[in-house]
Amino acid sequence: MLKTQSLDVESIRAAFPILKRKVHGKKLVYLDNAATTQKPRSVVKAISDYYNKYNANPHRGVHELSIDATEAFDESRRRIGKFIGAGAFEEVIFTRGATESLNLVRFGWGVPHIEADDLIVLTIMEHHSNIVPWQLLAAEKGARIEFVGITEDGKLDMEQFEELMAESPALVAFTHSSNVLGTINDVKKLCSIAKKSGATTVVDGAQSVPHMPVDVQQMDCDFLAFSGHKMLGPMGIGILYARKEKLREMQPFQSGGDMIKEVHTSGATWNDLPYKFEAGTQNVEGAVGLRAAVEYLESLGMEKVRQHEEDIVGYAMEKMSAVPGITIYGPKEASERGGVVSFNLGDIHAHDMASILDEEGVAVRSGHHCAQPLIESLGIPAATRASFYVYNTREEVDALMDALAKARRIFCI
Amino acid sequence: MSSSDIYRELILDYYRNPRNFGKLDPHDIDAKDSNPLCGDEVEIQIKVSPDNKIEDIRFFGKGCAISQASASMLTELAKGKPLEWTKELSKQDILKMLGTSDLGPARIKCALLSMKVLKTGVYGYLGTTLPESADH
Repeated sequence: MLKTQSLDVESIRAAFPILKRKVHGKKLVYLDNAATTQKPRSVVKAISDYYNKYNANPHRGVHELSIDATEAFDESRRRIGKFIGAGAFEEVIFTRGATESLNLVRFGWGVPHIEADDLIVLTIMEHHSNIVPWQLLAAEKGARIEFVGITEDGKLDMEQFEELMAESPALVAFTHSSNVLGTINDVKKLCSIAKKSGATTVVDGAQSVPHMPVDVQQMDCDFLAFSGHKMLGPMGIGILYARKEKLREMQPFQSGGDMIKEVHTSGATWNDLPYKFEAGTQNVEGAVGLRAAVEYLESLGMEKVRQHEEDIVGYAMEKMSAVPGITIYGPKEASERGGVVSFNLGDIHAHDMASILDEEGVAVRSGHHCAQPLIESLGIPAATRASFYVYNTREEVDALMDALAKARRIFCI
Repeated sequence: MSSSDIYRELILDYYRNPRNFGKLDPHDIDAKDSNPLCGDEVEIQIKVSPDNKIEDIRFFGKGCAISQASASMLTELAKGKPLEWTKELSKQDILKMLGTSDLGPARIKCALLSMKVLKTGVYGYLGTTLPESADH
């Protein structure tokens, strides 16, 4: 393994105890990072330190522990906001994950702003979490949804995108990086075109924020949603970045404690931003865990993280393309893809493939990857996906190749 | 149970050359279901004889080798049997039919999908409710 061009992968691997685990007597080769990533010691320690040293309900008590917890929570928000280039503290809202972030946009912004016959534009490469909330919103309001398709090499059909933008959509929601095709969309360009047409822009950053430098100022999006657990952080914590102007025109999402300023029998007034959108006792362990994850990634450098993934994906694409009977989906060049490689091999169904790879210790994902419209548009029942991260090595790609060879032997391909 | 064990020639043969594959017209029973995790789909159609036996049966679907081979083998097993027979059908019978003792929690649903569809269809036809646990 040693040093790839950019990252010291050996020392990175040493920070992830789980990577030493054996699976079915074989070395674990964890290639399911687009589903969730493993956690470095520093993240686990941040969580245990919180519980061992300063656990309390933030924003409520006046006692020392509560003040510590409040400070840690707010400091986490500041650090995470800085990581994505947020302009202000209140633009960073804690959620349970990207799914809740997108639902927050649906209820907070969508419900008061989307009207009958409005147009909502999505893309065919979206994860279900960036489709279903808009379908429900459209059904509620009598709005209409159009999907932008893809070209043969798995890139967004820009001609169709521009055509739809000419129809002045109210809302445009798209992924930064496809969790199946790996396609990296030119968010800056898409946001700029959408903005000119007067649309509000929602970016699903679940597969990009963990893997490449992301700057919301540069992208110029209105909303950006992502999850902590896909970027070395804990599960159950995520972020919604919301541009300040948008925040001001949003209604509360969930309601109850902490999101109010005053409550009387006659009604209630709302807390300041961003607390207006954070009802109930917050996930402090998640916030400090995610902060530790962000600090870990910053210590590696996001440029280098991206470079490492490009190297691994390039190597995997080169090796895999040579396998007879294989179909790889998405752009051909590693420079145009995120850290995922989805494929089918002969008539081996993805689930059979994943079972066989698992026997060899290789953990991959199989199925429709929560992107059924995309899988249907590709005309396949399912796909197998290998997805990479900072701790993966070329040797692990070789282990994947050996496991693929075994699958071919079993299925006589 | 290792995957190399389950993917024996027999299973692959049924996957690639499924018996009783297709639609059945006319039919008396038509039931289908899918497995949301895998996207496996199985539809079963049955022609019932006057003495309530499975006179003819076909299946239609798509999915992994285990789900499709299991469906095909089950149609062979069910042909000619009284409808009542399907009520007694259990997870153990399906595992035995596939020639394995266990499949693990991730894949057992693939194997049992066709049994669930068969039972749903037969119970519906007989006008009775399917018991909560289909793999009793």
